[in-house]
Parts: sequence; structure tokens; C-alpha cells
Amino acid sequence: MSQEDILAGLAAIVNEVAGIPAENVQMEKSFVDDLDVDSLSMVEVVMACEDKFGVTIPDTEVKNLNTVADAVNYISANK
Amino acid sequence: MSKLAIAAPHTFAGLTGLGAYRPERRVTNDEVAVRIDSSDEWIRERSGIVERRFAREDETAASMAAIAGARALKDAGVAAADVDLVIVATFTHRHQTPSAAAEVAHLVGATNAAAFDISAACAGFCYGLGIADGLVRSGQAHTVLLIGTEKLSDFINFDDRGTAFIFADGAGAVVIQETAEQGIGPTVWHADGSAMDAIIMKPDTVQSGRTNEPTQITMEGQRVFRWAVGTMAEICEQAIEKSGISKSELTAFVPHQANLRITKSILKSLELPESVVVSTDIEYSGNTSAASIPLALDALRSEGKVKSGDFILLVGFGAGLAYAAQVARTP
Repeated sequence: MSQEDILAGLAAIVNEVAGIPAENVQMEKSFVDDLDVDSLSMVEVVMACEDKFGVTIPDTEVKNLNTVADAVNYISANK
Repeated sequence: MSKLAIAAPHTFAGLTGLGAYRPERRVTNDEVAVRIDSSDEWIRERSGIVERRFAREDETAASMAAIAGARALKDAGVAAADVDLVIVATFTHRHQTPSAAAEVAHLVGATNAAAFDISAACAGFCYGLGIADGLVRSGQAHTVLLIGTEKLSDFINFDDRGTAFIFADGAGAVVIQETAEQGIGPTVWHADGSAMDAIIMKPDTVQSGRTNEPTQITMEGQRVFRWAVGTMAEICEQAIEKSGISKSELTAFVPHQANLRITKSILKSLELPESVVVSTDIEYSGNTSAASIPLALDALRSEGKVKSGDFILLVGFGAGLAYAAQVARTP
């Protein structure tokens, strides 16, 4: 799965969880500061990513996922 | 050789009375927000909470429990002297010993009762229902007064952005007796001590005594949210399955009022019929831990949303991590 595919899948999840338009979910965007995804929504995004991409994202890793790129790169490297 | 007798068992047990106590003082989000650099809107978005109740300084978990307990006994039409067991679920009683239940039994006039506390935090009420059901059906108890009570305001870190706006005070009580039909379904319960640090009072009471640092509630919000959302839907499914009724027969879902966001997220997985009323008592009561389920049930009954005999799904979850669920019939 390419980085573009992961980004598209992640954007769909962010849209479903937090109602953010999928096209706004771009690599350099910060989940909290730019996309207004709060800490609990972030957990829902992480859980949905685990289901969708078959990856495990431990609690300790969630706080390191600040930008969309952080999440895409983590999923890409760990799936 | 002689054989030991067993108590004469009862065939069925169920809820026969319900009572609540909400402290008088309403605490707004604006009041709590000041010390955590927050706002009414921020708190509502993250928890659903609009306001919560805090008890007076002279009130305790036990004194509030006694008021709720007396109301439940009145609702059941039971004299205090006929209660033979008082169970209190709490983690904010002031003493590690003696129990809150012994004090509450004395305060309500349950002079013929045994009494003990259970420590299962936010799962305490559902744990208590499971215990009371077993004791009544075994014949070991006949009339149980079960109370969830918390004065969490004594243990809140009002400077902690993660918890300061969540917790509140209150008490809710039920009476469990022999009934004509079974009123408490099988309890699904569990505890996972490997995650004991996710919600914990720190420093511990011994350390607190040595350092004069007050023991307060700490919680890893994201970790708890993930655990609750990932686990409770499945626990509810198991409780429904064991109860022998179908989801469409449920009148209401009364989860522990932890956070409205948790309730909504559980519902995404649980998929209850639209006809099932979902309690949102947290909006005006906050998270009252062991008291939240009976308080929420009392609110639903007062609003006419549940009536006697209706099937309700209960689930409690919190520190331990402990959790429990069952289907019951409204008293």
C-alpha cells in the first residue's frame, strides 16, 4: 500500500470520526492545531486505523502522532 | 456424621426500590474552567457535561448514602429494621476502616443488618447487583440495601485539565429482594489489574501521610477512553446474550456516566435499536463513579422514560480496571 493510499484511507477515517473534510487532511497538517481533532477523537482515529490498516498503535505511540505525516509514516513502517 | 444445613434459597431476586440523593450545589463549567484555563464550550465538547453537583463540606459519602438509602427503602415499602444486608460501593469514604456500610446501616436504622463495602470504583454498582442477586437467591440474605455513593470533590485535583471538570458527588440506592420473576440477569464481570495505574489515587494513603501531599484521582484519559470504547460494547453484548432477552426488548441503556463521548462511541459498536432510551445523566450530574448508574436510572424514571418491570441494560467500568454488566428490570 502506497503512502498516497494510506493518506486517503486516513483522511476518510478523520472525516468519519471528526467531520473534517477529507481534502483538508494533508501531510503537513497537525491533528490538534490545524484539524481540530481533540484527544478523544484522536483515540477513535487510532482505533479505526488499527482496524483498517491491520497495524498496532500502542497507547505510548499515540502522543507522538502530531501531524498527518507522523501517522502515515508510522502506519507505513509498521504494517 | 451430621451434615451442615444450607439457607433456604429463594427462586428469584430483583429490584424493588430506588432512591437518589443529589447534593444541592450546582457547579457550572465556568466555575471549574477558571483553574484549568478552559471554557464551558471546551468542557461540553469533551465530556457532554453542562453542570455537576458538589456536596457541602459537612456531607460525606456515608451521609449522602443514608439519604438515598432511606428513599429507596421508602420506595420499596420496606422498614429499615427488615433490611438484613447493607452493601455500599464507594471509593471516597473517609476511612479505610470501618466501612461506610456499617455507618450507613446505623444512619438509616438498619439495626438487624450485616454491612460491608465493595471497592470496584465505577463498576461498583453493577458488582453490587451481582453480589446481592446471588446472596438473595441463595437465601443468605432477604432484603439487601445496595448504595453507590461518592464524594469525589474531596479528591479532585482542580488544576488537572484531564480530570478537574469530570467528577462530581451524589448517591443512588436500590433494594434487592425475592421477587415473583427474576429481575437481575447474569452479571458479566472482570478486572484487569495489569492496568491499575490507568485510573489511580496518588499518592497512596501511606505515602500521603508521610509527605502531607493529598491523595487525589489521576487518570490517563486517552488510555481509559480507548479501553472503555474497545471493551464495553462486547461486555454489553455478553450480558444481553446471557440474559436471554433480545436487544429489541430493552427499554433503556444506562451505562456508567463516565463521559458522554464514551457512551456515544460505545453505541457505535453496540448498535441498539433506536427505541432504546440512552441515559445522558452526565450532562447535569457529572461523573459520580459508583453512584452514576442508580442516579441515572432515577432520572429516567422521574422523567417517565422507564417504568416498573422494563428491561434495562447496565454497564459499569473504571479503576481496577474493573467492569461489569447485566440486564435488569426497573424496580
